[in-house]
Amino acid sequence: MEYAVETHRLSKNYKDTRAVNGLDLTIKKGEIFALLGVNGAGKSTTIRMLCGLSEPSGGEALLCGINIAENPSEAKKILNVSPQETAVAPNLSVRENLELMAGIYGVGAHEARERASRQIERLSLGQVADKKAKKLSGGWQRRLSIAMALISEPEILFLDEPTLGLDVLARRELWGVIEGMKGSKTVILTTHYLDEACALADRIGIMANGSLKACGTEKELLELSGYVSFEDAFVKLCSEAEKQ
Amino acid sequence: MRIKAFSVRCLKEILRDPLSLVFGIAFPLVLLFLMSAIQANIPVAMFQIERLAPGIAVFGLSFITLFSGSLIAKDRTSSFLTRLFASPMKSGEYIAGYTLPLLPAALMQSVICFAAAMLVGLKFSARILLCIAALIPSALLFIAFGLLFGCIMSDKAVGGISSILVNAAAWLSGIWFDLELVGGVFKKIAYCLPFVHCVDAAKLALSGSCAGIGVHLAWILGYAAVIFAAAVLCFSRKMKSL
Repeated sequence: MEYAVETHRLSKNYKDTRAVNGLDLTIKKGEIFALLGVNGAGKSTTIRMLCGLSEPSGGEALLCGINIAENPSEAKKILNVSPQETAVAPNLSVRENLELMAGIYGVGAHEARERASRQIERLSLGQVADKKAKKLSGGWQRRLSIAMALISEPEILFLDEPTLGLDVLARRELWGVIEGMKGSKTVILTTHYLDEACALADRIGIMANGSLKACGTEKELLELSGYVSFEDAFVKLCSEAEKQ
Repeated sequence: MRIKAFSVRCLKEILRDPLSLVFGIAFPLVLLFLMSAIQANIPVAMFQIERLAPGIAVFGLSFITLFSGSLIAKDRTSSFLTRLFASPMKSGEYIAGYTLPLLPAALMQSVICFAAAMLVGLKFSARILLCIAALIPSALLFIAFGLLFGCIMSDKAVGGISSILVNAAAWLSGIWFDLELVGGVFKKIAYCLPFVHCVDAAKLALSGSCAGIGVHLAWILGYAAVIFAAAVLCFSRKMKSL
């Protein structure tokens, strides 16, 4: 079976610190996978390596069979990312931001306009389509950020803390958008919101000290911990890892 | 395709920032009109429009460092570059994308400056076009400074260092006073830096005395090449060290 993401002993060292320590992970195509962990667990470093933003110190990462370190330009054609901080061009309108990203991925002007229109409709951005990005609220900017990540029609989409700082309504609306991708795209999201991971993800991976400490469905992780509350289960699994 | 998309974006970002218009065009024009008004009442050879206009044009171009540096630094600090670094774009495409839109912007600045100079007495001639062409290396120099500052500093720091550069370019270029008046070490230092060469090249082009212009252009292009190389190196390192 070809996986969307496959890592073998993936590691990253920063001077004296080992941020990611021999990570073995497989994510199936079309799966929504949530990566959880306390601050400094190695989630963001893992995502950076999988996106080709940081070179691994050891091991390898394959995206749909393409080694990201050996063939980054090919791998980058099939992935896209919505970074933690809303990363938009502030003086460009929503539509211009979308067309820009399409152009960056080599899409021609006519096709870029069509794709932008499709994303505007898909993410219900119509009412703000001609507004400058800097004038949008946090919720709209997040939505635009995800639309910008989707416009290249990636096979693998990385969402780093997609709902951080949003109010409940805006979060729920974005959940709907992410849920709508289930089955058609492989989505890897990092989040600190446990309810978000449980609501959206097919499987959840818990990282601590740079390693994957547990991985499975919400039900499997609850069984593994012996708790009925996912928060208790998460605390137990992370605490055990911290003690080791 | 990628370079075009990215260049258009950079140009729009700069032109839609009101500060660009204020500092890049309005401020130099105010100085041009002010100095011309003073010249009309108290004539000084230094501020004759034929000598003043090339200096003001260089002064206006020095603000390009602020525009390009701030744009790159903001892209870095807002994570916009993180998004782009995850795309298939290569480092050369980024540099071209940041540089190319600034050249027509610089050209436009110079055209507006000379058009304004004609309003206060500069006679139109083909030498104006030659002077605008001679300003292209200067534009490249200030763009290169901006690329380098934007790669290594925060957007706030870019604002500070660009102000220092604009002042250095003003004081050490002979725009506002004749360097001969100070002479000595000051003049030697000024001629070791590129700014006075920018002004001298533009003045020579406007006066039609092109014989000595090559030396000045060589100084400017030499500095621009070194600073560009440093910017590309820093940018490539940033791409690998996110």
